[in-house]
Amino acid sequence: MSELSINPGIEIRDSERELDRFRQRLGILGIFVLTLFGLLLVRFFYLQVIQHGHYSTLAEANRISILPIAPHRGIIVDRNGVQLAHNYSAYTLEITPSKVQGLDDTIDGLATIIEITPRDRRRFRKLLEEGKSFESLPIRTRLSDEEIARFAVHRYRFPGVEAKARLFRQYPQGEMFSHVVGHIGRINQREVEQLDNDGRLANYRGSDYIGKTGLEQSYEKFLHGTTGVEEVEVDSGGRAVRTLSRTPPVSGNNLVLNLDAKLQEVAYNAFGDRKGALVAIDPATGGILAFVSKPGFDPNLFVDGIDPQSWSELNGSPDKPLLNRASAGTYPPGSTFKPFMALAALFYGKRTPQQTISDPGYFMFGGHRFRDDKVDGHGLVDMYKSIVVSCDTYYYVLANDLGIDPLSRFMALFGFGSRTGIDIAGEATGVLPSTEWKARRFSRPEQKKWYAGETISVGIGQGYNNYTPLQMASAMATLANDGVMFRPHIVNYIEDIRTRDKQLIEPAPLRNLGIKQEHLQVVKDALVGVNKEGTGARAFAGAPYVSAGKTGTAQVIAIKQGEKYVESRVAEQHRDHALFIAYAPADKPTIALAVIAENSGFGARAAAPIARQVLDYYLLGKLPPAPESKR
Amino acid sequence: MPFMLRRLYRFMTLHIDGILLCAILLLMFTGLLVLLSASNGSYVRVSGQLMNMLVALGVMWIFANIPPNFLMRLALPLFVLGCALLIGVALFGDVVNGARRWLHVGVTRIQPSELMKIALPLMLAWYFNRNEASLKLRYYIGAALMLAFPAALIVRQPDLGTALLITASGCYVIFLAGLSWRVIATLFVAGLASLPFLWSALHEYQRQRIMTLLDPSGDPLGTGYHTIQSTIAVGSGGILGKGWMNGTQTHLDFIPERTTDFIFAVYAEEFGLLGNMLLLAMLLFLIGRAMVITANAPTLFTRLLAGAITMTFFTYAFVNIGMVSGILPVVGVPLPLISYGGTSLVSICLGFGILMSINTHKKLVQT
Repeated sequence: MSELSINPGIEIRDSERELDRFRQRLGILGIFVLTLFGLLLVRFFYLQVIQHGHYSTLAEANRISILPIAPHRGIIVDRNGVQLAHNYSAYTLEITPSKVQGLDDTIDGLATIIEITPRDRRRFRKLLEEGKSFESLPIRTRLSDEEIARFAVHRYRFPGVEAKARLFRQYPQGEMFSHVVGHIGRINQREVEQLDNDGRLANYRGSDYIGKTGLEQSYEKFLHGTTGVEEVEVDSGGRAVRTLSRTPPVSGNNLVLNLDAKLQEVAYNAFGDRKGALVAIDPATGGILAFVSKPGFDPNLFVDGIDPQSWSELNGSPDKPLLNRASAGTYPPGSTFKPFMALAALFYGKRTPQQTISDPGYFMFGGHRFRDDKVDGHGLVDMYKSIVVSCDTYYYVLANDLGIDPLSRFMALFGFGSRTGIDIAGEATGVLPSTEWKARRFSRPEQKKWYAGETISVGIGQGYNNYTPLQMASAMATLANDGVMFRPHIVNYIEDIRTRDKQLIEPAPLRNLGIKQEHLQVVKDALVGVNKEGTGARAFAGAPYVSAGKTGTAQVIAIKQGEKYVESRVAEQHRDHALFIAYAPADKPTIALAVIAENSGFGARAAAPIARQVLDYYLLGKLPPAPESKR
Repeated sequence: MPFMLRRLYRFMTLHIDGILLCAILLLMFTGLLVLLSASNGSYVRVSGQLMNMLVALGVMWIFANIPPNFLMRLALPLFVLGCALLIGVALFGDVVNGARRWLHVGVTRIQPSELMKIALPLMLAWYFNRNEASLKLRYYIGAALMLAFPAALIVRQPDLGTALLITASGCYVIFLAGLSWRVIATLFVAGLASLPFLWSALHEYQRQRIMTLLDPSGDPLGTGYHTIQSTIAVGSGGILGKGWMNGTQTHLDFIPERTTDFIFAVYAEEFGLLGNMLLLAMLLFLIGRAMVITANAPTLFTRLLAGAITMTFFTYAFVNIGMVSGILPVVGVPLPLISYGGTSLVSICLGFGILMSINTHKKLVQT
């Protein structure tokens, strides 16, 4: 009571004035609202009265549709113009679910005039789940002329069903190139969001497909082209009556590869029944000449949308046909590591070429006996002999002398344990062991520490070493090229279809490793010796060119102390992998390769002959005799 | 028995404003009608939306029964929480489609910018109310900073649309709180002068959207696509429209999001100019009632809060209809109460619940 009595009038007046000011402002906002709504009314009047005629220019039944025109996808060819991916025209039978009453009845009805397999139905169901109801989805693709004619006669019975001319992607070389060329597939929701985000979605209206793996995916931006636009007058049946305006589409660019298709074929067939990978590189440019991963798969299955059964067969197969062994498979390099070890020894000054060790057939370290594959040892071994006969003991000792971290640093120069940057996705990094790597990789303290004993097996390419065939080929190419390293790349140039402009993928060197020429020469001579009188001699007997190589055999499971490895007793998936790295001709190399044949035993016996066939073809054009059976 | 029923009835309706509720239900009903047509006669979305509406009305009832004083106490903590979450998003947020808007919290993901939509006006209303006695310029500057901080974080996500809407709601509060006309004029001039600078600060795709607005045929397959198709639909409605459920299939097939952001195109095509005028009338009815509630609110806090809720609703409606009619660039803003979508419905009804609470709790304050 008393507080109010001091200045009651002013208090009430203040809050009244405040309220009035507030209401005034509110009133201003009210006028703001009315003005903007008025603006909307004006706009409505403009659109719906003044321009009404323009927007329904056509008679009741006609309307304007804006249709995208999908561009032709660029083709992919090898260095000689052999087509690896191209387009062909065919008719599809498509259903627009929102225009159809009784989807199942319609499909059953269609099945009486055109063949529709259960696989077709399954695939259609899957597309239905993912797609929108106003899109037309294919129930049958590649209609024959007869089927088109039959459908045309019965068309009136099936509203919402159309026969449309479409371009199809085809991979004529099939599974041999499945991993390098890759395949396209239908665009899924996630990809739509990604495109929208990059601001590229407009270019994909009217396109159903996008590159999913391999070159089709990594060069998508070049292959896709630019979508065109058409304004058409459409009748009540949904058919275009006339075109009002048209911006033509621009076809995608073509890719010309460094790859040699015939070489790839020779390499693929040389494996026989074996699984594995082969990567061949031109050392002077880094261009990839062959990129094999066996077994492959038929990429044509994926184009229309693979049916669930085929997918589970591929995905579940123990041979893992979907795995790109060449760039995503990692393997211990085995004895193919030795030439690089030797270079490391020279680089750090830990060995001279003439220094010898005496090899009794084993190396004792920390109470453990590290065995050489020759039971009594190779006797007195210098650097040349160590590579030529592939002496393990020499490298056990060397690894111990070098230490893991200097060894690791040197190998990193050659790209072991890092991605090469090849122009397709999905490359594995592999493992280049070092103390730092081990500390990061493991979590328990006793595992984090690097034990000196672990270095020993690293020396012969076992232990934690794991590299991709691509990395091994790249390292070999660098060695062949005297330490100048190029980034391996599959595509040679991108060709603009209209202007014939060529955009070269750079053969620019990545780095010069800075290794002394005389060191390189020592190792190179030894590698030549391998194929002349060493472990590779049998495979390369009678070759009219001089080649350099190194065999390797990588253990898959460890053999217990005191036991011997007997191949016939070991289950196939536990048998050693066979490896071989090579380059030729020895004086001016034009090809370097790495090949791995899984679970096939000794490198000399299983992998070297594959390399021989490949080099014979590449250097001489000589094709192999009729396929041999598995030895 | 009748006594119990009367008690129950009174409990349910004590804090509900009949007129506002009427206006809301009118719009919701219209929305369901249009949604049915936009779904090509399928009842799936309609029944889903009906569920959403029931939930939203429930939320509205709950908030109508929460006294404004309680909300006032929530203002500061909610704002601080919202800012903290926004910082969290900026540092650890999930990147979805190139935008960092979501924060992973235990089992779910939340979008803090949604929280900010209510937390900001609430905070500003509380702030002005607290300093009601003498509102000097520095308080307005303080409010502007409180607005700028979360808005800037949201712009960085990047989510320009939401940031602009939140800024608008903050500006409404600041204006209603009595920012001097001189300052407003100065800001207006400064704003015009800084337009070229703002233009260069926009992302490429945002600039594209504005350019497309001026000439949709320049990007007929991209953002121009939506605008071209929706203006064709609107224009072809004429004065009387084509009739309910008679929107031409071909056009609607080519309007993506016809049940959500672009649902107005369906409405305009089917109900024509007369239908549009009717819709604007219904919206004005709702906004009008909300303004009356705002004008009669007892305290500065409730007045500012009510004003923000009312004007924000108006802004959403105007921006959406403007976008579909081709006078504003394409932003992802739904048409409130009509577009399909639970989040929008709940947040709009939450706001209306607060309005009702403000309107029905004042009688108690006065006595």
